[in-house]
Amino acid sequence: MNAMVTGSEAEMPEIGYNFAYLDEQTKRMIRRAILKAIAIPGYQVPFAAREMPMPYGWGTGGVQVTAAVLGPDDVLKVIDQGADDTTNAVAIRGFFEKTARVATTTRTGEASVIQTRHRIPEQKLSEDQILVYQVPIPEPLRFLEPRETETRELHALAEYGLMHVKLYEDIARHGHIATTYAYPVEVAGRYVMDPSPIPKFDNPKMDDCPALQLFGAGREKRIYAIPPYTRVVSLDFEDHPFEVQHFAKPCAMCGARGVYLDEVILDDRGGRMFVCSDTDHCETRQAEGHHGEMWGGMLAEDAR
Amino acid sequence: MTTTSEKPLLVAEGLGKMYGTRLGCRDVSFSLYPGEVLAVVGESGSGKSTLLGLLSTELAASSGRVLYRMRDGTLTDLATLGPAERRLLMRTDWGLVRQNPADGLRMAVSAGGNVGERLMAVGWRHYGNIREEALDWLGRVEIAADRIDDDPRAFSGGMRQRLQIARNLVTRPRLVFMDEPTGGLDVSVQARLLDLIRSLVAELGLAVIIVTHDLAVARLLSHRTLVMRQGRVIETGLTDQVLDDPREPYTQLLVSSVLAA
Repeated sequence: MNAMVTGSEAEMPEIGYNFAYLDEQTKRMIRRAILKAIAIPGYQVPFAAREMPMPYGWGTGGVQVTAAVLGPDDVLKVIDQGADDTTNAVAIRGFFEKTARVATTTRTGEASVIQTRHRIPEQKLSEDQILVYQVPIPEPLRFLEPRETETRELHALAEYGLMHVKLYEDIARHGHIATTYAYPVEVAGRYVMDPSPIPKFDNPKMDDCPALQLFGAGREKRIYAIPPYTRVVSLDFEDHPFEVQHFAKPCAMCGARGVYLDEVILDDRGGRMFVCSDTDHCETRQAEGHHGEMWGGMLAEDAR
Repeated sequence: MTTTSEKPLLVAEGLGKMYGTRLGCRDVSFSLYPGEVLAVVGESGSGKSTLLGLLSTELAASSGRVLYRMRDGTLTDLATLGPAERRLLMRTDWGLVRQNPADGLRMAVSAGGNVGERLMAVGWRHYGNIREEALDWLGRVEIAADRIDDDPRAFSGGMRQRLQIARNLVTRPRLVFMDEPTGGLDVSVQARLLDLIRSLVAELGLAVIIVTHDLAVARLLSHRTLVMRQGRVIETGLTDQVLDDPREPYTQLLVSSVLAA
C-alpha cells in the first residue's frame, strides 16, 4: 500500500483543479454549515450540495465535507467498511491526492482527517483528528414518517416516541432489538440522529469521543456533527437495553478480540473465517506479532 | 356530580371558517360538558368536518375561538397554545378517530406498536409494560391477543376501526373527536362498533364530539345533537327531542329521509 503515498508532481496537469476540487465560495458555504452543525449537535443543517464527479451513494456528501475541512498539511485516510483498499476508499483517496495533493495514509494514528463509510476505526481517535462520515439517509425518522415537513417538526419539538415504535417493532417481531446498523442515537440529550450505517458495535465509540465527527449527506443535502467530548446515547428500552454485537471467535488473522469482524466465505463447502473489518488495525497487530488461527495459512495462500 | 363536571370542558364561541370567499362554517357556539356526547349531523358539505377541524385545532379559525379546560382546571384559548403544547394535548388529553382508519393508524406498524405509540410518545420506556397495556386495550376493543403482532393491513375494516379507537384511548383522554367512525362499514359491523363505543364512553366518562351524517349513530350515541346546514347550526337540543320532534324544516326533511328499519 506504500505506492499510494507517492504523488504525481512529475506530471503536473496543464489545467489544475482548485485546491480540493471545490471552488472557494462553495467550501466557505460548506464550512458555515459545518460550524452551525457543530453549534447544534445532532441537528441536520441543510446545505447546497454540489454535483460531484462521482455518483450519489458513493460518498458525495462525505467528499464535500472533507474538501471543506482539508488543508494542505493534512494527512488523509479513507476507509470503506473499515478497509483502506476497497474501490470506494481507493477512488476517494486518489481524488484528493490529485485535486488537493495532500499526503495520504492508511494508518489511523497518522491521519488528521479520516473519511469513512460504515465504520469507525478500532484505534481510539484523538483531539487533533476529524472523522468524516458518508451518509446515505440522514433522517432517522424517514421510514417511520415520510413527510419531511413533519419530521422537521418532530425534531423541533423533540418528539421522538416514533423512534421507539421502531425498536418496539423489532422486539415484537424478533424478540430483541434487531437493528444492527444505523442504530439511532440521542446526541447531547437533545437531537436524535442517524449515525450513518455504521454497525451498532461502533455506537459506543461516538460517545465522549475526543475527535470531531462530521456527517455529510450529498443527495439529501444535509450536514450534521458531533463535537468532541459529546454525550451520545443509543436509544433502548429499560427491559431491553442497548447491546453491541459479540463475536464467538477472535480475528482469524491477528487474533484480536473485542473488535468488529467481517465474515469471509472461503469455499463452497461452508468454510468461512472471521477477520477484522479494520484492515489497518489488523495489519498493525500482525506486524506486532499477534497472530490468529489462520494467519499462516493465508500467508501460504498469498505466496502462490 | 363534582364541581368540575358542572363546568364546561370545551367552549366554542362564534366559530367561523372561510376558505377564501367560500364559507366553511359560521358563527358556531356551544359548550361541551365532561362525559357528554355531542353529535354534529348534517348532509355532505354542511360544514361538519370543517367544524371538527376547527375544534381539534387542525384548522385555524377565521373568527371566534375555542376554549378548553386543561387538566389544571383553567379554561384556555387553544389558539394561544404553542405547537408543542397543542401536540401534547393531542396525544394525551384528546383522541381523534378518523373516518378512514388508514389515516389514523400506522399501517406498516403492528397492532401493538400502534396502541403503544402514544405511550412511548409520553415517555414510556419499558417494553414489557407497553406490551401489557397494549394487550389490555386490544382486549377492550375485542381484538384477539394473538393479533397483537399483525399489522393493520391484515385487519378487516371493523377491526381497523376498533384498533384506531384503542390507539386513541390508551392515554385516557378526556375528549375524543370522531369523524364518521362507522362510515364505510357494513351494518352489522357498525352495530357492534357503536355498541363498543357506547360502552367505552360510559365506562371511561369520555366527552365525545361525533360528526356523522347517519342519524341512527347520533341517536344511539349522543346526548345532544347539533344540526348543521350550509355552514351554520340551525338546530340544537337533546338528541331525542331533535330527532323525534324536529323544529326546522330542514331537520324534518333529514329525519324523514331516514328509511324506517
